[in-house]
Amino acid sequence: MKFRSMKRYSKKTSVYFQQRSKMFFVYIGGVLVLLGKTVFWVFSPRVRKWQILEQMNKVGVASFPIVFLISFFTGVVLALQSAYQMQKMSSEMYIASLVAVSIARELGPVLTALIVAGRCGAAITAELGTMRVTEQIEALETLSANPVHYLVVPRFIALIVMVPLLTICADFFGMLGGYLVGVGKLHITHSMYLRMTFEALAIKDVMTGLIKSVVFATIICTIACFEGMNALGGAEGVGKSTTSSVVRSFILIIVADCFFTALFYFIR
Amino acid sequence: MIELKKISKTFKGHKVLEDFDLKINRGESMVIIGCSGAGKSVLLKHMIGLMRPDVGSVSIEGTDITQVDNKRLNKIRMDFGMLFQGAALFDSLNVLENVAFQLFEYTNKPLAEIEGRVAECLKMVGLENIETVKPAELSGGMKKRVGLARAICMSPKIILFDEPTTGIDPVMGGVINKLIRHLHNILKTTSVTVTHDMTSAYEIADRIAMLYDKRIIEIGTPEEIKNSRNSIVRQFISGDPEGPLTNAARRV
Repeated sequence: MKFRSMKRYSKKTSVYFQQRSKMFFVYIGGVLVLLGKTVFWVFSPRVRKWQILEQMNKVGVASFPIVFLISFFTGVVLALQSAYQMQKMSSEMYIASLVAVSIARELGPVLTALIVAGRCGAAITAELGTMRVTEQIEALETLSANPVHYLVVPRFIALIVMVPLLTICADFFGMLGGYLVGVGKLHITHSMYLRMTFEALAIKDVMTGLIKSVVFATIICTIACFEGMNALGGAEGVGKSTTSSVVRSFILIIVADCFFTALFYFIR
Repeated sequence: MIELKKISKTFKGHKVLEDFDLKINRGESMVIIGCSGAGKSVLLKHMIGLMRPDVGSVSIEGTDITQVDNKRLNKIRMDFGMLFQGAALFDSLNVLENVAFQLFEYTNKPLAEIEGRVAECLKMVGLENIETVKPAELSGGMKKRVGLARAICMSPKIILFDEPTTGIDPVMGGVINKLIRHLHNILKTTSVTVTHDMTSAYEIADRIAMLYDKRIIEIGTPEEIKNSRNSIVRQFISGDPEGPLTNAARRV
């Protein structure tokens, strides 16, 4: 009897895992197909420059204040936390190098991507999801317009351009935060701080951060648009899609960050 | 001419259409009636290629649209206009940009000419001077009429109407019915309307087809439908709460 119920339980578990893994591969397949179509349509001769500029404004200009605040305070916190340890070894001057490299290689691109995913990725999913459930995407198709070309491509181009630019801003303001702590509180001289920053920071550090930010922008756009365009079931469905867009983007950003950090570490 | 042959469509194991056949002649106004959830909107979406059947063919003027690529399908869709149940106006665009969507997208006409055409279409549906208004500021009836203006803007050969009178007051419903009939008469288009509003169906239709249990169970002129002997059709058009339709629903 016990054996039979265990057998039934293991069969149920196996069916559950089969279904979940099938759903996972269907999802990944759908996302990759959307990415492929987007890249195909990016090279279409028809450029919707006003839509691209509008999206750049929404993604970049409107995200700038929050990117500034978060990166600046992260720089401040990073300098203070490292000072806590470095003071024990009387090596406070290395705080400048630590802040610069950590911000440029890691925190600048990742924080910017997380901010954009939370702020703009969610907005994109909610907008496209609402369009899906109110039949606006079907209406686009009946008007002979391609939804990927009309809706996804302008957002993709805007994100690919604006996320790296925001990352550069985040790098600058993060280092500025560290500088203010170093010079103002830890009594490192202005010239020493700058020298230690630029000695440690190579152009490669900034470039690896920017390469990561392009990958993150691709993830944010593809996940947000895919979730939005596949939203089902009215307002509740749009809410669910928006949540899962943000959660999945966050996870993929961290996974991609880990992958690229390892890659750049081994190919240095 | 629109011809659907042996169409079958299943959603998550639930068959919506099975061995479905329907032929709509050029210049005809066909109304498809049926209960909610019978598959009327699904049928309409098959006609414009928004959905592909599991089995069967959908021919538009002799071209099977289930066999063509997206480029060709988009070209065929240029001959279509469609009014959606909720109008489906683009929230981010104003009335002018909504109505002239295809003119902006596929023609190089000067702005003045486009504005002239939009004003003409809006006038046809009884609206004026709302070109700069966003859809969110319009009432339900106005949205439907702007949707109708968008559907006729490119002078399509075929217009599809999905529940044109649902969700609006009876007076506005009457206005929309009259408009659809008027547009059908002056533009000489083939029109397919999906509705469960019998007043609307009698006013718009040259022929009415009743969709029930995955296929057409009766087809005829409004007079023939009114005098139908089929108990399902009779219950549907009279709105009687007792009869085969409700008995079947109870069994389910």
